[in-house]
Amino acid sequence: MDLLGKSLTELQELVKQKKVSGGEVRQFFAGRIKKYDKELNSYITTTEPSEGSEEKDIPIAIKDILCTKGIRTTAGSKILDDYLPQYDATVVSRLNTGGLSLLGKTNLDAWCHGSSTETSDYGPTKNPYDVSRAPGGSSGGSAAAVAAYLAPAAIGTDTGGSIRQPSAWCGTVGLRPSYGRVSRYGLIAMASSWDCPGPITATVEDAAHILQLIAGRDPHDATTIDSPVPDYQKELTEKKTYTIGIADEYFEGVTDEISSKVMESVELLKKMGHTIKKVHLMSPKYAVSVYMILQRAEVSSNLGRYDGIRYGNDRTHFGKEAKRRIMLGTYVLSHGYYDQYYKKAQKVRALIAADFKKVFQEVDFIVGPTTPVTALKLGESEKYSFFGETMDILNEPASAAGIPAISIPVGLDSNQLPIGMQIMAPHFAENRLLNIAHHLEKEIAFDRLRIIKEKYG
Amino acid sequence: MDKKYSPVIGLEIHVELSTQSKMFCQCSADWFGKEPNTQTCPVCLGLPGALPVPNEKAIEWCLLMGKALECQIATVSKFDRKHYFYPDLPKGYQISQYDQPFCFEGTYTFTSRKTNQPKTITITRVHMEEDTGKLIHEDTDTSVDFNRSGVPLVEIVTGPDFDDSDDVKQFLEELQVLVRYLGASDADMEKGSMRLEPNISVRESSSNKLPDYKVEIKNINSFRFAKMAIDIEVKRHMEMLEKGETPIQETRGFNEKKNDTISQRVKEEAQDYRYFPEPDIPPFTFTKEFIKQIADQLPELPTAKYNRYVIDLGLNAEQAWYIVSDLRLSKVYELTIKGKDKVFAQQTANVLKNKQRETTPGGTIEIAAENLAKQVDSLYKKKTTDPGNLVAIMDLVVGENAAAVKEYKDGKTTVLMFLVGQVMKGMKGQADANVVRQALEKKLNTL
Repeated sequence: MDLLGKSLTELQELVKQKKVSGGEVRQFFAGRIKKYDKELNSYITTTEPSEGSEEKDIPIAIKDILCTKGIRTTAGSKILDDYLPQYDATVVSRLNTGGLSLLGKTNLDAWCHGSSTETSDYGPTKNPYDVSRAPGGSSGGSAAAVAAYLAPAAIGTDTGGSIRQPSAWCGTVGLRPSYGRVSRYGLIAMASSWDCPGPITATVEDAAHILQLIAGRDPHDATTIDSPVPDYQKELTEKKTYTIGIADEYFEGVTDEISSKVMESVELLKKMGHTIKKVHLMSPKYAVSVYMILQRAEVSSNLGRYDGIRYGNDRTHFGKEAKRRIMLGTYVLSHGYYDQYYKKAQKVRALIAADFKKVFQEVDFIVGPTTPVTALKLGESEKYSFFGETMDILNEPASAAGIPAISIPVGLDSNQLPIGMQIMAPHFAENRLLNIAHHLEKEIAFDRLRIIKEKYG
Repeated sequence: MDKKYSPVIGLEIHVELSTQSKMFCQCSADWFGKEPNTQTCPVCLGLPGALPVPNEKAIEWCLLMGKALECQIATVSKFDRKHYFYPDLPKGYQISQYDQPFCFEGTYTFTSRKTNQPKTITITRVHMEEDTGKLIHEDTDTSVDFNRSGVPLVEIVTGPDFDDSDDVKQFLEELQVLVRYLGASDADMEKGSMRLEPNISVRESSSNKLPDYKVEIKNINSFRFAKMAIDIEVKRHMEMLEKGETPIQETRGFNEKKNDTISQRVKEEAQDYRYFPEPDIPPFTFTKEFIKQIADQLPELPTAKYNRYVIDLGLNAEQAWYIVSDLRLSKVYELTIKGKDKVFAQQTANVLKNKQRETTPGGTIEIAAENLAKQVDSLYKKKTTDPGNLVAIMDLVVGENAAAVKEYKDGKTTVLMFLVGQVMKGMKGQADANVVRQALEKKLNTL
């Protein structure tokens, strides 16, 4: 049975029909990882089936920022080089309950600090479309593994764009759910009020399937919301028409190739019967400023526990980027600066959320490019003092507001590199977001299998 | 105390709540005396990825304590992170409250035993936080025990309103009783479930400005030591001021063996804790209804009970506090005097105060109350006196005690009580002492 390129949903159907076993699926991916991952470096750790996992379970990849009981979890940093968590993250245990086991832990920027996976202490991950290029980040390992079909699906985490930006650069589907929809328990905290686990998949249908398993209130996470979880897969099927907003502010500084590709998809949406409406939103640059301050502040707090007393490796093992963020975060929280930076940033964050809320009274979604540029060469990130912010500029507003957003591939640029389109929706409207993304995906018919067959077949 | 100077004392008091589970996880909060690191989980160990989920019972108790101290309750509140590095602090920050404490602007009024004057102390704030782990020093090694990490703590901060160590001691004793009444903690200084850090300075009595320095004292683990430490410190400051020096702002530790305070840390500048709102716990909004529900849970507080005993029942101050200060004893007392008159209430108080506390009737409150009532009855209840028997016994006693009778007749009337006692003895206690006394007086006067 040729499993190459089968979506997670398709694989599950095959296992259900007993055409293939979960064990065979695991063997298949283990073989591919062995063959291709030396070059791509998308995994930090690969795992054997754990005790209690069933023959029907399908293994997926999980970003190495989510704790896995008894399985090394590094956060991409040598500080936690040999750290074995004593508990599973809620996301991990919910996936297991839902029939998805662990294939391996994927590479990331150390502590999720970055948008290229180059700050990892375990070497950079390569972009499957062009191995001289970065996959984006911080969930670059997860996106690359899915793009090269070294995993049928993966879990990433998104703080300021860490699911959507690598998904755009690797041609995968990446969903950042609403803040509070998915538990953060067991997610090694980067910026606690922003962090959000979500799926990185080959199809929107797979994203809906995974979200179904991981969404919902968790008694271990006080910030999860106690509202009913819709049946995301069921809500995919019905074709609906929506009013879709498009804002000039989200095309500023974006390459012409990306802009025109995204506008082609907007035309498609129009043809599908949706209404397109011009809207105005605050410039994304404000979200960048807010992110730069609040995220650093939370980072400096969250990393305080790695003080050298526990976890083996001391503070000298922090990389440059982590040190920069800790210093900046410490500064903005210092006495006398708090009001000027942190408090002000909190106020602007509230304004961003209010701005979205206002616009979502007029439209159901806002669409635009996911990234201003397509995948950059490895090493390019060194040239930017705030690389992450520059690359994630279009992602950070949704993160600041805590609203859900998805990136789906809409085509390739002249370098044959994937282009992502971002769709943003109001709080807890993942059902609608997945619905429109699913139907648009079918119309676009992005050929995700081509790269797999050409280079990783 | 030297009239030229007067002490300025404010208190920071930590009370460890006796909730079943810790403040932010399900581990048992009953850490005292347990084998190290046996009551821990990812949350209280501060392991990567673990998240705090607040204990509602602890918050309710904190609000209840605030209410009992006549505080305002915040309608909007939150937790904050307080950052510092110490090996017993596993996250690198303590979850505490900064600018929006649960309770603020309260007062506590008591009658100073020393001056017999009412004294009102402002309660600046009552807030909720988590306890740290504990360092265990053995020889040259130091180990950390995280059993205490995450145990709920309520911090009570008073204004700098004390000027006397005796008042501080009395306030602490009353606060301990108050907390016990609420059932929120055993508030035991020796076990560390109540901890005191006084801030002390001294000013010239003619000034009403706060001195521009203060000294914080740590390591005080009894009410007695609190008074001692304050007295030592005040004397030290006065001597320095007298020499024209100003004490430095610092933290000192009380050393009970040396009976002295020793400098621990000089605070050259205020430590920067880099507070910011705890992002892992959503903010709280307390409705008026909720706050009322909390207030409705307040039992009769010790001060109110004390006043009622003194004013309504006519007990003296000592008796009243003796009963009020022991929650169980006060329950036994209340039940014993239920439906009885003031005289009975006073007689019961006499019985209790005249005995040692250890002999307080044991068993359930109900059984104890029943036994206590019997004791009061046997001491005070009027006995029926058999008149025939009385006449016979009186004759006998008068006959047998001719010398005493003569003394009485010679004017030494105090001997009467001796004779009454003899008659009572002859009656085997089955007589009312007053009746006997009157009858005997009459008989002696007719002799």
